[in-house]
Amino acid sequence: MVWLELLSDYTFQNVVMGASLLGLISGPLGCFAVLRRQSLLGDAISHAALPGICLSFIITGSRDIGGIIIGSLITGSAAALIMLMLTRLSRLKTDAGLGACLSIFFAVGIVLLTYIQSTNNASQGGLEAFLFGQAAATLRSDLWVMGSITLVTLLLLAVFWKQAKLVTFDAEYARTLGMPITVIEASLTAMVALAVVVGLQMVGVILMAAMIVAPAAAARQWSRHLGGMLTIAAGVGIVSGVSGATISTLSRGLATGPLIVLTATAIVLISLALAPGRGLLWGVIKHYRQKSALKKQQLLYALYKHSADPSCAPSTLGSRRMFNKLKQQGYLTRSPRGATPSDGGWGLTAQGQAEARRVVAAFEELAS
Amino acid sequence: MMAELLTTTALPIMLVGAMVGIASSAVGTFLVLRGNSMLSDAISHSIVFGIVIVWLLTKQQSGPVQLIGAALTGLLTVLLTEALASTKRVKQDTAIGLVFPALFSIGVLLLNIYANDVHIDTHTVLLGEIGFVWLDTLDIFGLPIPQALVSMSVMTLLNYAFIGLFYKELKLATFDPALAKTFGFMPSILFYVLLMLTSSTAVAAFDAVGAVLFIAFAIVPASAAYLLTDRLWMMFIIGALISIASSISGYYLAVYLNVSIGGMMAVMTGVFLMLAFLAGPRYGVITQLVKRQRARQAPVEPPPSV
Repeated sequence: MVWLELLSDYTFQNVVMGASLLGLISGPLGCFAVLRRQSLLGDAISHAALPGICLSFIITGSRDIGGIIIGSLITGSAAALIMLMLTRLSRLKTDAGLGACLSIFFAVGIVLLTYIQSTNNASQGGLEAFLFGQAAATLRSDLWVMGSITLVTLLLLAVFWKQAKLVTFDAEYARTLGMPITVIEASLTAMVALAVVVGLQMVGVILMAAMIVAPAAAARQWSRHLGGMLTIAAGVGIVSGVSGATISTLSRGLATGPLIVLTATAIVLISLALAPGRGLLWGVIKHYRQKSALKKQQLLYALYKHSADPSCAPSTLGSRRMFNKLKQQGYLTRSPRGATPSDGGWGLTAQGQAEARRVVAAFEELAS
Repeated sequence: MMAELLTTTALPIMLVGAMVGIASSAVGTFLVLRGNSMLSDAISHSIVFGIVIVWLLTKQQSGPVQLIGAALTGLLTVLLTEALASTKRVKQDTAIGLVFPALFSIGVLLLNIYANDVHIDTHTVLLGEIGFVWLDTLDIFGLPIPQALVSMSVMTLLNYAFIGLFYKELKLATFDPALAKTFGFMPSILFYVLLMLTSSTAVAAFDAVGAVLFIAFAIVPASAAYLLTDRLWMMFIIGALISIASSISGYYLAVYLNVSIGGMMAVMTGVFLMLAFLAGPRYGVITQLVKRQRARQAPVEPPPSV
């Protein structure tokens, strides 16, 4: 009943659609940013959007989303370009360039924000919401704009798929093919700025960085192909967007942005632990399997080769559980003929002898 | 005379601004040199988490407990980032981009939950307001000294005491970590202490300039200094001078335009960076152009005939 009510709630519909659009655009574009080792570029661009938002407000005098998008796109891209300029033309490294652009542009934004406040414009309300996002204030008309941006961006990406892929993975090769790689790199960066613009209303300037990084980082664990990674990232983005928005609506009063970000982070952690092949948990399991296989081989080797030598009594090589396990597998038997007390009464069966011979042969081959 | 100067608002504000700059650029210099500048971004955001946790535990919004809490939060941020990166499943920059928004989000949500009885709001933490530092004063030797000035001076002293004591070790650890390690200087421990000092400086600076503008004070003067000199000790001096100049010029510009003082000070650091970038005597873009031009116009000596 609660769910039915919720689904028919106008604000909730808007928020969920907005969050899905955000996931749909930030996931795929984030993949390129993460793969090109520019994860924090999204952070810089989203902070740099603030002066653009304020400028558009000063010029148009309203909170019109069209103006805000153009404004934040311009200052976001300008910050990215200045960052490139600082790092290419001087000895500053990328991190310093990013940090400097991020903080200076944000400072300009703060200055403009206070300028707007000092001029006391009545319609300024809600401008600060862009700092932390105000998902509940999403309008249907905003959704159309967000939707069109998402659509155009994804179409562009589809058209220039080959170029984007090559520039991401092998820029040098792309250059030898005569591709305009500066143009492609700049457009990929501008598209990140577009994704940031879509997210401003939902999660705000500050948390937008996570929406670029988190879905892509999660998707990377599940897929080895760019196409698969993009699709999964979009899915992760949508799922975290929708669930974050839902939790926020149900809990009344918890901010949407942080909930979306935390959901995305949780998905990243789960992916890191469980993703097939790359998951850390599988690594741990594999490690223990190998360890116990090695123990088993050691034990068989010792029983086969040194059963008479008391200094390598098998009982020092494995736990009782290990012995019992090998007995179950049919390799060992208790008190066979010829067993000495130093074996603790354990000896190899015929099957165990064969297996031990194989181990010894493999070991000796390795040693030679 | 002194008391009069301090009771007017201008001097304390500029002094606090300059102190924030001097303390932050001291640690920022090492961050810029090591290529870890974005850690200041990460730390200044995740510190919201630390502030809330410390408040929940001790009910104190400022003071030494908060500084220690901040140091630990900064350390936590870096350790989590390194733990994520050490799995080899994500790159270092991605790890930073995952950790600090998560901690920041938890901090904001906790603030949401305890909103009724807490007076920290994310807005003040992030933006700060240097214009009000003179409202909160301590009496020292009968003079009303702004609290922010006291805490920033303490942080400046702490930072420079650490740098002074371990100058040789820090220098080697920054420029040649491998050699520092073979000498037994433990470069990673030095780095952790440096980051803890960075976090404490950030918290002390919050009242004055807020989290994001702290990044400007930490990175920008140090970056500008890096473009102007090849000497480590010179970087500290230039960083401090730029901080002082930014505070003074930022203050007067902000008052003139009636805008955020802290914001304007940060913008001014950016202006100085641009100046250093364009007109620096050795590495400036213009200098390089002139040099190239001269090299082109220099008469080419004919190759020696065989």
